[in-house]
Amino acid sequence: MESVNAESLRKTYGREKLLAVDDVSFSVSKGEIFGLIGPDGAGKTSVFRILTTLLLPDSGTATVDGLDIIKDYERIRKRIGYMPGRFSLYTDLSVEENLDFFATVFGTTVEENYDLIRDIYIQIEPFKKRRAGKLSGGMKQKLALCCALIHKPEVLFLDEPTTGVDPVSRKEFWEMLKRLKMQGITILVSTPYMDEATLCDRIALMQRGHILSIDTPQRIINAFPDHLFAVKTGDMYGLLRALQSNKNITDSYAFGEYAHVVLPPSGISPEDVQAYLQQQGVAGIEWRKADVTIEDCFIKLLKV
Amino acid sequence: MKQFLAFVRKEFYHVLRDKKTLLILFGMPIAQILIFGFALTSEVKNSRIVIMDQSRDRGTQQIISKIEASRYFDIQQDILSPPQVEAAFKKGKIKMAVIFPRGFYEDLMHQHSARVQVIADASDPNIATTITNYISAIILEYQQDLNETLQQPYRITAETRMLYNPQQKSVHSMVPGVMALVLMLVCVMMTAISIVREKETGTMEVLLVSPLRPMMVIVAKAIPYLLLSFINIVTILVLSVALLQLPVNGSILLLLAVSTLYIITCLSLGILISIKTATQQAAMTISLMGMLLPTIMLSGFMFPVENMPVALQVVSNIVPAKWFNIIIKAVMIKGLGLGAIWKEVLILTGMTVFFLVVSLKSFKIRLA
Repeated sequence: MESVNAESLRKTYGREKLLAVDDVSFSVSKGEIFGLIGPDGAGKTSVFRILTTLLLPDSGTATVDGLDIIKDYERIRKRIGYMPGRFSLYTDLSVEENLDFFATVFGTTVEENYDLIRDIYIQIEPFKKRRAGKLSGGMKQKLALCCALIHKPEVLFLDEPTTGVDPVSRKEFWEMLKRLKMQGITILVSTPYMDEATLCDRIALMQRGHILSIDTPQRIINAFPDHLFAVKTGDMYGLLRALQSNKNITDSYAFGEYAHVVLPPSGISPEDVQAYLQQQGVAGIEWRKADVTIEDCFIKLLKV
Repeated sequence: MKQFLAFVRKEFYHVLRDKKTLLILFGMPIAQILIFGFALTSEVKNSRIVIMDQSRDRGTQQIISKIEASRYFDIQQDILSPPQVEAAFKKGKIKMAVIFPRGFYEDLMHQHSARVQVIADASDPNIATTITNYISAIILEYQQDLNETLQQPYRITAETRMLYNPQQKSVHSMVPGVMALVLMLVCVMMTAISIVREKETGTMEVLLVSPLRPMMVIVAKAIPYLLLSFINIVTILVLSVALLQLPVNGSILLLLAVSTLYIITCLSLGILISIKTATQQAAMTISLMGMLLPTIMLSGFMFPVENMPVALQVVSNIVPAKWFNIIIKAVMIKGLGLGAIWKEVLILTGMTVFFLVVSLKSFKIRLA
């Protein structure tokens, strides 16, 4: 069953008609974790705001839990949970007061749905009397997630929930999402971190308002057509310059402490490249075959 | 209903935890009432007066035509009985009554002295003093005209009486003005930033994606300020009675009721500003520049409205404080009842309904 369905959504801003969302279509099944992956300004937030009935699309249609986002906006608002990218709780209210407020607004109580948030809430409970504004970044995210969950929503929209959160908290956060998925809640999550993509059931790679590709992370990785190698040397700058000067190499770019080298399925061989590098005076290279990541796929898709 | 109460409670937390704002909220009325300890005087033109001429002789006709010729006065009607004079005052239509007793000219000719009674509405003491001085000058001038041709001097005594505010305390006109001003500031400014603040901090985004209705948000936002402003009114009244010895002549209940109405008018205006603006800064600027100045200038608090160019007099009609000023002077100082102020009450009610309807219509159920 489809939980969210978007068809040819398009959204422009302002008098200059800046294109934020361009012909975006996708659908999310019930109980799925669906990720919108893309850099800042890719249009992720705009898509989320359209689906959460906060913005009207210029054209296109969408349904959430079977309800039309324009006609049935009031009914949709009762059954979704939304966590905006910016921390949007009351900083002058305590942890407890924030949670109580959102529970009551949605016509429920904290006790009624406590089992849904227990795993998360238990971590911030020691600070329940503290003002929300005085919490650390990770705690704020947990509280925001609790507030978005407290009314047991059918669909949960999380806009960049892990931005500005430390790696340990990020990991914990994703484990929480996995547990929520078990409860049958559909989760739409956006993130600029490519490494989080593999934690989703399916992802859509976005750039400049476009969806470049939609599939499971594994299938997107499998569809990578070229050979990928990781290279390291003392002089990274010289290495990259030498790689880029060879027209037979499909692509090369810095990737952490390595440089990734993309070679076509047939044609130039790794040995050829190594010889070429030596000839160019790049010495002491460490060369190995690399596993394709979502980031490599994203970079590839950008150049198509 | 539970949703609504939760929202109201949240609003109270916001207000009560913001210590600086609270200080302004309660410090300002006290400071204002102590600072505005004096009012400004200015020339008064075209004051509306009535003349009761019981004598109707040569002398009174000459004095009346002098008054008519003066640009300071605008004679409303000729009145024959004392109750009519009183009625005219109560309606608030006239500032002064001039009464000539029977046989004025005869007394003057035969006894070489005569008397004129001048009664002024001193609920605004500056205007009252100024216009009684004008009338005395006119009578003195007539006296001198007569004395030029005669050897034995004639004396006309003008007996003046200040109605409503016999000691002519300026606090009597100052307190209602300060009340109008303080309530306007507190209510408009505080509510003006309350909704726009949620837009700025992003909490509006979460509120919108919830079952809350716009009406609920608007009313819940206003309630804490309604309560706080009510406390402010009581503070001002207690201060005026205890510190400034200002008597409250009318019904306290009516006074509190009309003040509450005015508070609601101001709150709805604040909410309208809050809904129409995008930043707290803009909301503050509009409520300060757009509300404070007209309230001080055009409400009749500092400068008499009667004295303004016609264009400004027309503009002053849209300033809620002007109507509140009239109401509160009537109730507090003149001790009049609802019958005397129903028109002003109706105008304020109309303004409130207008602000609320426009607010509700312009409340955005989506972002941008």
